[in-house]
Amino acid sequence: MSKEGKMDCGRRRLIVATAAVGGAGALAVLVPFVSTMLPSERAKAAGAPVEVDISKLEPGQMVTVEWRGKPVWIINRTQAMLDTLPQLDGEVADPQSDRKQQPEYCKNEHRSIKPEILVTVGICTHLGCSPTSKFKPGVDEGMTPDWKGGFLCPCHGSTFDLAGRVFKAKPAPTNLEIPPHMYLSDTRILIGEDKKGA
Amino acid sequence: MKTMRSLKTLFAALLLAPTLAFAAGAALHLDKAPDVSGDKAALQNGAKLFVNYCLNCHGASALRYNKLLDLGLTEQQIKDNLMFTTDKIGEQMKVAIRPEDAKKWFGAAPPDLSLIARARASADGSGADWLYTYLRSFYRDDKRPTGWNNVVFANVGMPHILYELQGEQVLGPDHKLTLAVPGQLSPAEYDTQIRDLVGFLVWMGEPTSGLRKQLGVAVLLFLGVLFVLAYLLKKEYWKDIH
Amino acid sequence: MANTNFEKYKSDGSLPGNLLEWVDARFPATAMWKGHLSEYYAPKNFNFWYFFGSLALLVLVIQIVTGIFLVMHYKPDASLNAAGIPVAFASVEYIMRDVPWGWLVRYMHSTGASAFFIVVYLHMFRGLLYGSYRQPRELIWVFGVLIFLCLMAEAFFGYLLPWGQMSFWGAQVIVNLFGAIPLIGEPLSIWVRGDFVIGDATLNRFFSFHVIAIPLVLIGLIAAHILALHEVGSNNPDGVEIKKKKDENGIPLDGIPFHPYYTVKDIVGVVVFLMVFSLVVFFAPEGGGYFLEYNNFFPADPLKTPPHIAPVWYFTPYYSVLRAMVWNFFGLDAKFWGVVGMGASVVVFAFLPWLDRSPVKSIRYRGPIFKSFLTAFVICFFILGYLGTQAPSYWGEKVSQVCTVIYFAFFLLMPWYSKIDKYKPEPERVTWK
Repeated sequence: MSKEGKMDCGRRRLIVATAAVGGAGALAVLVPFVSTMLPSERAKAAGAPVEVDISKLEPGQMVTVEWRGKPVWIINRTQAMLDTLPQLDGEVADPQSDRKQQPEYCKNEHRSIKPEILVTVGICTHLGCSPTSKFKPGVDEGMTPDWKGGFLCPCHGSTFDLAGRVFKAKPAPTNLEIPPHMYLSDTRILIGEDKKGA
Repeated sequence: MKTMRSLKTLFAALLLAPTLAFAAGAALHLDKAPDVSGDKAALQNGAKLFVNYCLNCHGASALRYNKLLDLGLTEQQIKDNLMFTTDKIGEQMKVAIRPEDAKKWFGAAPPDLSLIARARASADGSGADWLYTYLRSFYRDDKRPTGWNNVVFANVGMPHILYELQGEQVLGPDHKLTLAVPGQLSPAEYDTQIRDLVGFLVWMGEPTSGLRKQLGVAVLLFLGVLFVLAYLLKKEYWKDIH
Repeated sequence: MANTNFEKYKSDGSLPGNLLEWVDARFPATAMWKGHLSEYYAPKNFNFWYFFGSLALLVLVIQIVTGIFLVMHYKPDASLNAAGIPVAFASVEYIMRDVPWGWLVRYMHSTGASAFFIVVYLHMFRGLLYGSYRQPRELIWVFGVLIFLCLMAEAFFGYLLPWGQMSFWGAQVIVNLFGAIPLIGEPLSIWVRGDFVIGDATLNRFFSFHVIAIPLVLIGLIAAHILALHEVGSNNPDGVEIKKKKDENGIPLDGIPFHPYYTVKDIVGVVVFLMVFSLVVFFAPEGGGYFLEYNNFFPADPLKTPPHIAPVWYFTPYYSVLRAMVWNFFGLDAKFWGVVGMGASVVVFAFLPWLDRSPVKSIRYRGPIFKSFLTAFVICFFILGYLGTQAPSYWGEKVSQVCTVIYFAFFLLMPWYSKIDKYKPEPERVTWK
C-alpha cells in the first residue's frame, strides 16, 4: 500500500487524465439536460413571427395583435399626431432613443420604419402591465390639459407619448419596446422577424 | 448419482419447452420492406404521397411541418406543395376533419399515423415490413361494406385508397393475390411508391433516429477512451495489493 | 465498519483546512468519509459479481435525474386533446420530438428501467452464489428484498404513465388481481383505481406514487441497506469472515480500503456498463420490443384489448407463476391462488437466511445437491420468464407448472438439502490469485 504523501508521477498523471476525460464527459452530459429547459418546438411555433394586414387600418386607428403571448400595437398615426413628437423632446426621458429598446432601423424621431406606422410591444417597461391608449389631447380622456396624446399605464401611472417614449419622472425606466419587424409588402407587416430572404 | 441423472433429464426437457410453446402461435408472413432511410428523394416522394393520400383522413399530430426541412425540402416547397390544413410552418400535421366527425362517418376515427411504423412492429417483422405488405395486400371483397378486404389486416375498415395506382387484386382459392384489373402503375412501379411511402412513415415515427445513431457512435468512442484510462488507473492502484 | 471513533480533523493552518476543521466540529464529515470509504475495509478478493451493487446505485441516480427532467414536460392527463390523442400519451411524444434533447432523456429513463432490473437480478444472484444473506447479514438481505419490492412497485406505477395500450391493459390486469382477495377484493380494486376502470384518477395517483412516494421509501431503504452492510462488513466469494484475522492495528488482514481500491475498480465497471447502456439507448432503444413494447406506441383504448398482453420482461417469471395456478383449493378459486403464488414467489426470497442450513456460505465449498438445485432454479426462472412473454398455451401451462414447483422447491426444501449436502472445508483466509 502506498504511504501517505508519497504518490508517484505515473499515478498522478493517470488520475489527472481520467478525471479530465471523465469530467469532460460529465459536462457533455449536462448539455442535453440543461437544453431540455429551453423553449420547445411547440413554444417556438407559438412564438413564430405573426403576419398582419394593415390595409384596413385608418389613420388615427390602432390594432392589437398577439406575438409570443404579448400584445403588439400597430398604430397608424396622423400627421397631427406625428407633429406632437418633436414638441415633447424636452419632456421625455430618452428623446433620441439611445437605449436599446428598438432595432437599429427604428432609432429615429418617430421610432418606426414608415413614419406613420408605429409597431410597439404594449407592455409597460415598469412592471409589465399593458398601458391604455389616450389618443385625444387634453382632458377629454381624464388626462391633464397639456396632454398631447399617448398612453397611460393604469398600474403605476407611467405615461408614454405617441412614439412610446416614456415621460420624465415616471416609474417606467425606458421607452416601450419596438419588436423586430419588416414589411412583406406595402400593407403586410411581419412581426418577430426582420431579415427574411436577406 | 441417480438424482443427478434425473435432474439432467429434467433440465433437457425444460430447455426444449420454449420451442414447444413457440410453435403454438401462427406467424404472419410479411415481405421485407426496402430500407430508404438514407434516400432523401424517396422520403420526399413518400411525404408527397402521405399528404396527398393519407392526410385527408389520418393525422400525424406529433409531426410539425417544419420537421420536413430535415428531408432536404425548403420552407417554400413545404408551404407550396405539402401544407393544406394550415398556413403556419410550425404547426403539426393535423387532419382536416374533426375526430368526432370522423368517428361518425367511418364508425371509428382513423388512427393518427405519427407512430404507426413503431406500433406495427411485432415478432413477425418490423413495422415497416407490416406496412409495406399491408399496403400491397388489398383485394376486392363484395362482402365488405367498402368492397375491400386485406390479407394482412382481416376485415379492415379502410378502403383501398391507392387502387387507382395499383389496380384491383383478387384473392384466389389458393390464398394468393392476383391482379385482376391493372392500375395506372405497373406492379413494380407501385411497389416503389409504397416503398417510399413506408419509408416516410418510418422516418415520421422517429425523426431524430439518424441523429441518435450518429451521436451513439461518438459516445461509444468517448467511452472507449475513458475505459482505457480507467483500466490503467485501476491497474496502477491494484499493483499495491498482494 | 463498527468503528465510529474516528478522530476529528485537525487543521494544518490552510484555509480549506480551517474550514474542514470548523465543519468537522459540527458534522461528522471526516468520520463519514473514513467510515464508509477510505477506512471501510472490504475483502480484496471481490470478483466480477461485485460490480452490480455500485451499478445499481448508478442506475438509481440515472433514473432520478432523468425522471426530474421528464416530470418538467410530462402531463398525467387521460383526457383527449384536439387531435383525439390522450394528453399523457401526446406529452410523451412531445418530449420525444419537441423538447430539445427530450428523446435522449426519455430513452435513458426507459432503458434505465430495464437496466435497473438486470443489474439488481445479477446483484441478487451474487447473494445466492456466495451466501451473502447468511448470518450476520440477514438484515442487509431483508432490506434488499424490500428494495426489490419497491422497485417492482415503482416500475409498475411508472409503466402506466405513457398511457399506451400496454400501459393501460397491463395496469388493468394487475389491479384486477386485487379482486381475487376474498370479500374485500372488489371494493379494494375500485379504491386502487379510484374509478370503475383504469382512468384519469388512476393515472394521477400512479404518477404521484411513481415520482414521490415510492422513490422516498426506496432511498430510505437503500440507505438502510448500505448502513447495515457497513456495520457488519462485506461478504466475499469465499464466504469467510475477514474480520476474524486482523493485524495489530485491528485492520482485517484480507481487507483493503474501499477508497481508492474499489472506487477505481468500480469506475471501470461503470464505464463498461455505460457502454452497454449507450448501445441500447442509441442503437436499440426499443430493446427488441422488450424494453419498449411495440403495442405501447398505440394510445390507450379502453374499448380494444390488444391481441396479446404480456407484462414487461422483468415481471414475466412471477406472471408465469400466476398463470400456472389453475386449481381451486379449500373453496377458494384459482385466481386467488395465482395471486398468492405470485406474491409468494417474490416474498419467499426474504426467508432465505433462515432456510439455508449449510455450514459454508459460498458456492465454492458447497456440494452437488445445492449446485443442482441452484442451477435448476435459475433455469426455471428463465423458462418462467420466457413463458410469461408468450400467449397462453397447453404446453406452456404444463411447463410453467413444473417450473413453479421447482422454483418453490429450491426455497422450501433448502432446510433439508442444504443440511445433508456434502461440503468442502472453508479456507482460513480468502483465496486470491
